[in-house]
Amino acid sequence: MKRHLISAADLSRGDALLILDTAEELASLADRPIKKLPTLRGRTVVNLFFEDSTRTRISFEAAAKRLSADVINFSAKGSSVAKGESLKDTALTLEAMGADAVVIRHSASGAAHRLAGWVRGSVVNAGDGTHEHPTQALLDAFTIRRKLRASSGRGAGLDGIRVTIVGDVLHSRVARSNVLLLSSLGAEVTLAAPPTLLPLAVDTWPCAVSYDLDTELPKSDVVMMLRVQQERMTAAYFPSVREYSRRYGLDAARMARLPEHAIVMHPGPMNRGVEIAAEVADSARSTIVEQVANGVTTRMAVLYLLLGGTEFPEVAS
Amino acid sequence: MDATAHSVAGRDGLAVLDAEEIRRALTRIAHEILERTHGGDEVVLLGIPTRGVPLARRLAARIGEFEGLEVPCGSLDVTMHRDDLRLRPARALGRTDLPPSGVDGKTVVLVDDVLYSGRTVRAALDALTDLGRPRTVQLAVLVDRGHRELPIRADYVGKNLPTSQREVVHVLLTEVDAQDAVMISDEGRPS
Repeated sequence: MKRHLISAADLSRGDALLILDTAEELASLADRPIKKLPTLRGRTVVNLFFEDSTRTRISFEAAAKRLSADVINFSAKGSSVAKGESLKDTALTLEAMGADAVVIRHSASGAAHRLAGWVRGSVVNAGDGTHEHPTQALLDAFTIRRKLRASSGRGAGLDGIRVTIVGDVLHSRVARSNVLLLSSLGAEVTLAAPPTLLPLAVDTWPCAVSYDLDTELPKSDVVMMLRVQQERMTAAYFPSVREYSRRYGLDAARMARLPEHAIVMHPGPMNRGVEIAAEVADSARSTIVEQVANGVTTRMAVLYLLLGGTEFPEVAS
Repeated sequence: MDATAHSVAGRDGLAVLDAEEIRRALTRIAHEILERTHGGDEVVLLGIPTRGVPLARRLAARIGEFEGLEVPCGSLDVTMHRDDLRLRPARALGRTDLPPSGVDGKTVVLVDDVLYSGRTVRAALDALTDLGRPRTVQLAVLVDRGHRELPIRADYVGKNLPTSQREVVHVLLTEVDAQDAVMISDEGRPS
């Protein structure tokens, strides 16, 4: 494992499997009377959130606390950032407080990478702009493995599993991280989206591309719906929400075209009625609530593997 | 004991216990557990990964043979409770798998292959505390090689093996290593 987790591309197949296997062992903690381990006692994890987030911040906080780390939550609202403090100055402040890990969410792509050059601790990217969100990809991979490869156990990849990622790929850090991670775990990933919502360089990504969701559904083991990120949209990417929903939204009729065993995923927050119909989101095939629970477990595994051992050698030099 | 130096499956070292002797040691330990716990009542065997787990299963099978008693058997990973985590890169976790009956009010027998510094057992006691409240906790080991760094002793010992701290003791078990043997050598795999 590298010292930071900035991109899903930082993880080799072996690293990713180590994280998933560790998460698998940690999952049983949720059923125990004492949901806590002493492993990161005395370590400090800072949650540095410049962008709104519910589940990711709470998930990281719960993960760090279950490992007995001290957690400092920082959100841009009500901090000196509102007075115009730069990312670097904020980072140096945290550094002076002795953060062993900084979990950062920022609206600018590349913010986590910049931060990694300024602090001594490990940096975990919890979403930077439209770039990456590697822990979301890890928890998605973990959810897929538990659902579709439950009997294979430790060390199993996602070889041969067909994943279709649908919708606003252009603005989605979740999609990029998932394409990178799932393909290195052996899954076959297809993006299904309108041409206007695909990034320019998508042909260099390790995945297939389709403009037609309906032809992809019958061959999918996993359908991952992406949120239409209207807050990041600065131009008209599709004629109307209603038309988008009719061509790329997952409703009950479309869900019926999926194979029997297929699962429906969504990273949240959902726009019910836009990319996913309420009846699909609440159906037995939807893993949306499970993804949240798996998020805590997966992030515990990441924090343990980054902070649980000896300090990384380059830190000392 | 007349132990002669020879190599088992390409591993250099002195074989101090062979498969037959391991079998006899486990048989004796199984009898001792039955004796000390008044017939194995309320006993739970918990193996410490990696090699404590197959040892615990073998003991459970022996006790089953002797008394027709089904002894609950599980595994207890101690990695997250170790005191030397920061001395090495983060390591992969083993499995913690409690029998459905749990450990509350039971006589838990921890099972491990080698007792050395006692630090693994200390970690196991901590890990156990978070899982429940056993009535008694006992310790069974296949080999006790001395050099304790904590006030910990075993209740059941397969073999006491005087060693120097430079030496390395390997326990090989069929379930993990495709053969049964206890080897001692001057240096070997990092444990």
